[in-house]
Amino acid sequence: MAGKPKLYYFNGRGRMETIRWLLAAAGIEFEEQFFETREGLLKLQQDGSLLFQQVPMVEIDGMKMVQTRAILNYIAGKHSLYGKDLKERALIDMYVEATMDLNEMIMHYPIQPPETKAKHLATIIEKATTRYFPVYEKALKDHGQDFLVGNRFSRADVQLLETILMAEECKPDMLSKFPVLQAFKAKISNIPTIKKFLQPGSQRKPPLDEKLIPKVMSDIKPLALRE
Amino acid sequence: MAGKPKLHYTKGRGKMESVRWLLAAAGVEFEEEFIEAKEDLEKLRKDGALLFQQVPMVEIDGMKMVQTRAILSYIAGKHNLYGQDLRERALIDMYVEGTTDLMGMIMALPLQPPEAKEKNFALIIERATTRYFPVYEKVLKDHGQQFLVGNQFSWADVQLLEAILMAEEFKPDILSPFPQLQAFKGRISNIPTIKKFLQPGSQRKPPADDKFIAQVKKIFNM
Repeated sequence: MAGKPKLYYFNGRGRMETIRWLLAAAGIEFEEQFFETREGLLKLQQDGSLLFQQVPMVEIDGMKMVQTRAILNYIAGKHSLYGKDLKERALIDMYVEATMDLNEMIMHYPIQPPETKAKHLATIIEKATTRYFPVYEKALKDHGQDFLVGNRFSRADVQLLETILMAEECKPDMLSKFPVLQAFKAKISNIPTIKKFLQPGSQRKPPLDEKLIPKVMSDIKPLALRE
Repeated sequence: MAGKPKLHYTKGRGKMESVRWLLAAAGVEFEEEFIEAKEDLEKLRKDGALLFQQVPMVEIDGMKMVQTRAILSYIAGKHNLYGQDLRERALIDMYVEGTTDLMGMIMALPLQPPEAKEKNFALIIERATTRYFPVYEKVLKDHGQQFLVGNQFSWADVQLLEAILMAEEFKPDILSPFPQLQAFKGRISNIPTIKKFLQPGSQRKPPADDKFIAQVKKIFNM
């Protein structure tokens, strides 16, 4: 029951990265077991460790939790990062679901075939700058508080920062029209647990290496990207 | 603030159907405003009614809620359909995410190009019968209780029934290897609020037909 949470995934961001962010933000140390090949994942499937044969899987508090959102909800709830009542949770849920939608688009970008890549990037930029970021910019501007919801640090802040940084990897000046988000980014990045996670040597994973894409497509994608 | 929740969506299942199921299961009456043409969606957007320019949107308790999972979690939490504690919630979340994945596959099928359809049809049946239904069958068998989690009716039961019925529309004998699920289906269908929702004339929507798919594609520029 005690002991650190243990994350089972491949050695890359994928769907596990948001979980790494949230654990880190909550100041929770965690272990990771990486599988590098199909065989590693197949073994986990055969062990009966994966409720729906899929990863992410996180061993935590005596449970083998699967399904990214279930895992995130549990961590957030356990560590008081999920608002103080139903209505705050509702707001947090709306905000994080949207960041996850944008993350999903960004996650798929490196593995797009060459013919659709440019269009995919254009869509990411368009959605980020006209659909998603304006909402958070306005929310922060309207209440003037440091955090998105309830004047308190929550998973919504963590997930928004994660998404901002991923979006900036796609286009470095993505936040140029969003001064309030720029200030938010700086503030949240300076929270000690987050600052630590952003430093080299942390368990934060880098963007997918272009060279690894063929291997990801053949080995990992069919298993890891929910097919 | 008072008043019934109001659902904004097309007049079909899509992502709103799980919301209809959950409200119905909780015995909550609701209204619906249907998007029939692109102009209806544009108007909602122009009015600033859609936080991320998307539907589903549900007006509820003074909020204009968007994002299906956010809406479902709120309804479940409000109506005691989300377990007693964090751990039960974790189980419910895992089970619900599983059924959401399966239903997502089924829902996406009519929108796919013809070449992909046959392959995905087979994949759906494979997933239902080897990945998802065995899990719920085992859960029910292992604890021998009426409901999936905590010996209490929850969101997980509602969504599993919804998924079972959807899968049976796909392949009528799909539950034949799963006696526990057959019994579960019988039990949950008989809960008064659910029974009412399953009767003709309720707000439950039928499966999408070609005409409806064409309309949806037009509205959402697909």
